[in-house]
This record gives sequence, structure tokens and C-alpha cells, in this order.
Amino acid sequence: MRVNVTVNGEHRRADHVWEGESLLYLLRERLGLPGSKNACEQGECGSCTVYLDGVPACACLVAAGQAEGREVRTVEGLADGDDLDPIQESFVERGAVQCGFCTPGLLVAAHDLIERNNEPSDAEIREALAGNLCRCTGYEKILDAVRLAAARKAEAAR
Amino acid sequence: MNTVNPARTPQELDDTITGGIGESPLRPDGVLKVRGEFAYSSDLWHEDMLWGATLRSPHPHALITGIDTAAALAVPGVHAVLTHEDVPGENAYGLKYQDTPALAADRVRYQGEPVAILAADHPEIARQALKEIVVHYAVLEPITDPERAAHDTTLPKLHPDGNLVRYQRIVRGDPAAEADVVVSGVYEIGMQDQAFLGPESGLAIPAEDGGVDLYLATQWLHVDQRQTAKALGLPPEKVRLTLSGVGGAFGGREDLSMQIHSCLLALRTGRPVKMVYNREESFFGHVHRHPAKMYYEHGATKDGDLVYVRARMYFDGGAYASKTPVVVGNGTTLSVGPYNVPNAKIEGWGVYSNNPTCGAMRGLGAVQPTYAYESQMDKLAAALGMDPADLRIRNAMSEGSANVTGQVIDFPAPVAELVQRVKDMPLPPENRTSPVDIRELPGGASNTTHGEGVVRGVGYGVTIKNISYAEGLDDYSTARVRLEVIGGEPVAMVHTAAAEVGQGLVTLQQQIARTELGVPRVTVHPADTSAGDAGSSSASRQTYITGGAVRNACRAVADRVFTRAARQLGRSTEGMSLSGGKLVASDGEVLAGLADILGDEAIEETREYHHRPTHPLDPETGQGDAHVQYGFSAHRAVVDVDTELGLVKVVQLDCAQDVGKAMNPDAVVAQIQGGSAQGLGLAVMEEILVRDGKVRNPSFTDYLIPTVLDMPPMRIDVLERADPHAPYGVRGVGEPPTISATPAIANAIRAATGLELPRVPIRPEHITGT
Repeated sequence: MRVNVTVNGEHRRADHVWEGESLLYLLRERLGLPGSKNACEQGECGSCTVYLDGVPACACLVAAGQAEGREVRTVEGLADGDDLDPIQESFVERGAVQCGFCTPGLLVAAHDLIERNNEPSDAEIREALAGNLCRCTGYEKILDAVRLAAARKAEAAR
Repeated sequence: MNTVNPARTPQELDDTITGGIGESPLRPDGVLKVRGEFAYSSDLWHEDMLWGATLRSPHPHALITGIDTAAALAVPGVHAVLTHEDVPGENAYGLKYQDTPALAADRVRYQGEPVAILAADHPEIARQALKEIVVHYAVLEPITDPERAAHDTTLPKLHPDGNLVRYQRIVRGDPAAEADVVVSGVYEIGMQDQAFLGPESGLAIPAEDGGVDLYLATQWLHVDQRQTAKALGLPPEKVRLTLSGVGGAFGGREDLSMQIHSCLLALRTGRPVKMVYNREESFFGHVHRHPAKMYYEHGATKDGDLVYVRARMYFDGGAYASKTPVVVGNGTTLSVGPYNVPNAKIEGWGVYSNNPTCGAMRGLGAVQPTYAYESQMDKLAAALGMDPADLRIRNAMSEGSANVTGQVIDFPAPVAELVQRVKDMPLPPENRTSPVDIRELPGGASNTTHGEGVVRGVGYGVTIKNISYAEGLDDYSTARVRLEVIGGEPVAMVHTAAAEVGQGLVTLQQQIARTELGVPRVTVHPADTSAGDAGSSSASRQTYITGGAVRNACRAVADRVFTRAARQLGRSTEGMSLSGGKLVASDGEVLAGLADILGDEAIEETREYHHRPTHPLDPETGQGDAHVQYGFSAHRAVVDVDTELGLVKVVQLDCAQDVGKAMNPDAVVAQIQGGSAQGLGLAVMEEILVRDGKVRNPSFTDYLIPTVLDMPPMRIDVLERADPHAPYGVRGVGEPPTISATPAIANAIRAATGLELPRVPIRPEHITGT
């Protein structure tokens, strides 16, 4: 089948998509956007989190056909050209990236949290990121990064 | 799409990151990783590539009486189906013993053992075609009890020499010594998984010379190259490996997974072949941490001085040897912990069974005994009526102590200080009487308690871990460093085969070169087998060993700069140094710009670093200087336990660790945080459940690793007691925090509940007794 989807603001078309393919496969293998990661393929680790019509979703659990006519924003679409999004900047600055495989999904989840709430409590940050597994960092530096990005966003909004 | 030849190398020349040893510069790969542009091995893509897939045995133990691949080969889109008969070289590989078939021939020894492989146009065609391969099995009774495997000679032999991989005994002082106060216990530890997030994956591309280029995620390029070439029947130089982005490792990438398979398929089809395991296959496709059963007896004086330790420990290695010999070596030599023990009798068995193969995982061979002896230390403290931390401090080894193998510790060993430091850290407030946020309680947002039935406990865990390879191995690394002028600026390039698996080695290599050569701009060449062997990114050894090699190569380059400068400037090399891109005299006078000295002529040097020799253990007494260095860490855990539901919330987890020299302080802290999380996982949730040789939870739905809700805040205290024998005084960092976290949490749960809890992970039913 053919799938038309807007990805990171750009209309994309994929032909010969097999019906069982996931949105994750479509993004990674057909549209050349490997940023979203394939770590568990059953919605448990959050590494493939993308925005689907503005709502975070595990791309591995969305059939490619379900994305027809919809808007997807991936980690590749967070930065504004060469300018990193504040959440990306804070992840780099605070050492929240080690192997980095969980990073794309965590960034989308954290981005969504800060968009909704730029003064999250620690408990709110933990709840928002609870669906994203990280095996390297122990999460402490990820928390630091989210606090920093939220504070910067709150400051900018003032 | 990303093309293969490292699509985006993070070390761009316009890199603005600076910082030398002792600073915490940013990772050079950080920006690419947050942009989603960093090329992990599962992201690789090549025009015309095929997808490889593996057929695995459903049985833990069976004879193979026939394999029929015709139907699978007939599936449209399938290009090759291969079995053991298609392995052109030696169908046996292994890190220590060559006992593992690339593809099973006449029998399978574990559930998930690879039997056949195929390549197809689409991953789904590959998966479907696997079902068309017909394998005839004669199912056999699996051997699943490691203790029986060690002693029962009537069991069927899984390998020609029987079912014992290694037995090691250690006898020190009077093995039959007696003591005033004696405590004993039997401890078990479940099978933990590395659970790295990036799946096993790689892309093999057939080359015009009849060889193959493999881009992959691994921990040790050269050991993969040697094993793969042997199976392919090719000389090593025709099997070229390049490291792609690695999504974590923790020991799980030390053994081969898809290396031989992808190369076989690429060579057979003449096309690039990509293999990517899914999560379930990943659980079957790599080795795990050895489960163990350990019998311990400690004897002490009435005052609390350890008199003896006697222990017997059984490590289940599963179907193939992998790192089992090393686990037995580490397990026995580290069996009494960082304590002075004058008398000991220790025995360790590592066995074959039909359980999943076990091999390397962070804390190799030290995790198991540490859980046991630290449980014993608490039991002993209770028997003596002593504070558990004080008992540990009283018996702590120090510089000049002899350990259980008779090796005298000739470097700092601040064990007592580490324990004292975590003991002195402030405890979290006991606020259970006031209204509390239920998210802070066991059960969290599930709203299972408002504090009733919740009890708090505090526990300690202390460990000793050997750093780097041991027992007489010549452990070394190789580095090539090139200094040249690019765009008018001196630039250093570092090339090693050392694997960056997430730990930050790329940053560290830059830091060393910046410090040694006094140049801000340093690029790190992608790791591949065209550089000399760097050994494995494991055993907490890369900062020490590859760091030493980079230092040596940098200093050799600097010496040539000085010689060249001396000739140009007509003076001696005496007192010259490099700083800020300039050549400086001993009195601080700037003699010349480095760029002027170098001109158009680059300077390149290759050097190795070998650590001090170690020695094998005496087979009878287990005495010997087996290890080159030890790392030490101490944890204190505070837990809340809901005794009605058996739920545990780790409230706080504090750590003190000696790292010799904090080369990159932020990265050191990050290693301690991440390692502690894995130790927490083993304490309360992580276990591969195996019944009758079959894995029951090969998914992230059922194999639980800690989430951000499970990890508590940590206080971390980093000591720097330089090791005079190590480059820059460093001490390996990565493993100790994983090891000591587990017993600290287990001891805290015991302190809270008063229960024996002789097994980790501690599950709710162990606490409720249901």
C-alpha cells in the first residue's frame, strides 16, 4: 500500500508498504529517519517515542497505515536547523547522554512534558519519563537535564 | 539514509569542545546523539542489502537428526539458507574455550541455539521463511542443576571433557581454623541480563578481495575478527571490522552474536546483509550473568575480628564456556571481599548445563560472592551485637594487606574510609507520620498504601573488584597518534580499536591527547581493526589500558616534536613541553608555535601499553598474584518496605568509591549512578526466569529493569587515592558500583523486615512469605 504522512513538517510518501509494517519501520527503513530507535518493539522501552498529531506515541505500536494523512514529529524534527531545542541542549550539557540509544525517545517525552508544564516537580518529571527505559545513566543526569531545560523555558516565558 | 562508512563521525574538525585530564568536557558524540543522527549499528543501510535472520532451537537439549532447507529456499525473496554444513572454516568459537558452534551440527545444548540462518529481501519475509526450515530433533532431558552438574558423573556429558568448566580452590592459613562466633548461610543469585538497549546488529559487506567488511556493535573488535575469520576460513586481514554506534554493552557483547552469521550470508549471496535482533532474540542471542549458589561460613572472635571464611560456590555457565573460567577465577579470588581474613578455604565450580549460556556482565564474578559475603557480614554483626558498618571498618583491608590469594596490596585501598564516608552521610527524613506523597511510598502511584505496614531499613554493601584481565594474561592496548597542521592549527588524531560503548572513551582519549600534546583540537578516528588490538571494553580496563596507550603514543609524538624543534632552534630538548599549541621551555618561555615546528610534515607514532604482569593461581592452593589492581566501593541503602504487599521502595542509595584519579569527574559520577541502577535491578527485580532450561520472560514486558521511578536520589563521594602503578593513578571505575549496590539494598530490606532473604532478586512473595 501507499502511505502519505507529514513528517517533521514535510510531506512524505512511501510506496509498497507492507500492511504489517510499523510506523517505526516506515520512519527508519523507508523514510531514512533512523533517529527513533528499535529497542523492544512492544511499547515497553519508549526508545521510539514520536509525536503523532502532537501526542507522544511509541512508533513501534502504530501500524504504518494508521499514520496515513497524519502528522509525525520525530527526534530529527526537534531542532530548528542547526539550533538545538533547549531540551537537546540540556541533555548534552548535563551528561544525560551515554550510549544514547534511549535518548531520542526520552527527548520527545521530555519535550512534551515541558511544553505542557515548564515548572514540573521532580515527581512529575519522573512520572512523565516512566515509560522510557535507560540502561546507562541511572536517570539522575536525565533528571538534571529536564530540570535545566524546564527552568530555561520558564525563564524565557517570563 | 545513513550509508555505512561511518555516516556521521562525531569528531568533526570544527569541534569546539576543549578540556584535559581532570576536567569534564562534553562528549564529542553528544550533539549527534540528541539530534538522532548518530549511526548505531542497527541504523546502517546499504543499497541492495538483504536482511538476515536466525533459526533457533526451541529445545534446551536435543539431538539434531536432520535439517531440510528446501522449502525455505523456495520462498520468493529468500536468497540463501545456510546450516552448519555451510560453515567453511572451523565451526567452533569461544572466548576461552573453542566449544561453541557457529551453527549447531548434531545437537543443541540450549533453547535459542542458532541452527540455521537465511537472507531475504525484507525482514518479514526472512522471519516467515524461518518457519519453512524443517529441523528434526530427538529431544533429550536437560541438565539444569549446576550443583549436580559439578558432582554427578553419571549425568550425560554435554561436552567431551564432561560438565565441569573450571574448579578452583583457595587455601590460606589454617583452613580448619575455629572461632568464637560462627555464622553460616546459603545464598542464591538469579540470572541477570545486561539488557543493553541497542539490539545486536550489524551489516556485512562482501569485498572484492573475497573478504568481508563488517560494521557492528561490539566490545572488542579484534577478538571478534579472530573468531569470525576462523569460522569463515579466511585470514584475519580479509575480515575487517569497524565499530558502529553501540547502544550499551555491559559485557553482553563480548561473545559473538551475529558476526559469523552475517558474514556467511554476505559471502554466500554476494550482497550486503544486515542483521538486527529484536528484543526477544536479543535475550536468546547473548550470554547472561551467571546465576550462583553459595555456601558460606564466617568465623570471628568475640571482638569482631574475622578468623576464617569457608565457602563453596557454584556458577551455572549454561551450554558453553564463554567467560565461566574467569567467573570462577574472579569469584574465588574475591570471595572474602575487601577484608582481612587470615584463614580461608574457598572452592568454586563453574559448570556446563542446558540453561542459557552465561558469560560476561558488569562486575564479572564479583557480584555473586559480594552478595553472599556482605549478607554474612550483616549476619555476623547481628551475632556479635555490633553495628554492621563498624564490623566492616574493623576488618577492612588496607594498603599492605595480603588478600586471600596471598597477594600483598601495594597501592591505596581505603576501604574503611569508604564505609565511614557513606555511614556519615545524612539519612533521609523519617516523614512517615506526616501526610506523604504516595508516589514516594512502595507501590507509588498505584496507591497501595498510605504508610501503614511500611517499615524502613538501612543496609551497607562494600566490594572489591579486580580491574583488567588477570591470572597471567598479557593485557594490552595499542594507540596511534598523529600530530599535524590543518588550517594553520596543530591538530592531533587518535586512532585505536577500543570500543566506545557509551562509557565515554572517546571523550577521554581527547582529554589525554589535549593534555599530553597541549593542543585544543583532537579528533578520534573511528575504531576499526586497521588499528592495533586494544583489548576489550570490559573489566573496567579501557581508561587504564587504552588510556595508557594513548598517553604513551602522545609522549612519543611529543619527543619527536622536541627533537625536531631542538634541531630547528639549535638548542637541546631539555625541559621542553607543549602547552596551548606552543613549544615552551622549562622557565615558561615560548620557544615556538607548534604549527611552525610541524610545518607540512606530520608526526605519527604507535605505542602499546601493557599492565604489570600478573600470575596464574596455584591449582592446589589458589595462591598467587593474580590481579593487577582492585577497585573499591561502598553503598548505603535506605529502603521502605510494605510488609503486607512485599513492595520495596529504595528511598536513598549513597555511594563512596575510590577512582584513583577522576579523569573526567562528571563521567565518573555517571558511571556510579548507572552502575548503581543495575545493582538495584538485581536486588529487587531483574531476573531471567528459567524453568527446565526454558526462558520464561524474554521481553521488556516481563524482564524488568529499573525505571526513573525506581531509582532514588544518590549522594556520591569520589575519592582519588592515586595508584602509583597505573597511568595517571587511575583505578577502573565502571564495575564496583554495580556490585556493592545489590547487597546494600538486600541488607536494608533485611534490616527493615528481619527476614533471612537468602536470594536476590528479592520478590514480593519472599517478603510476604506467600
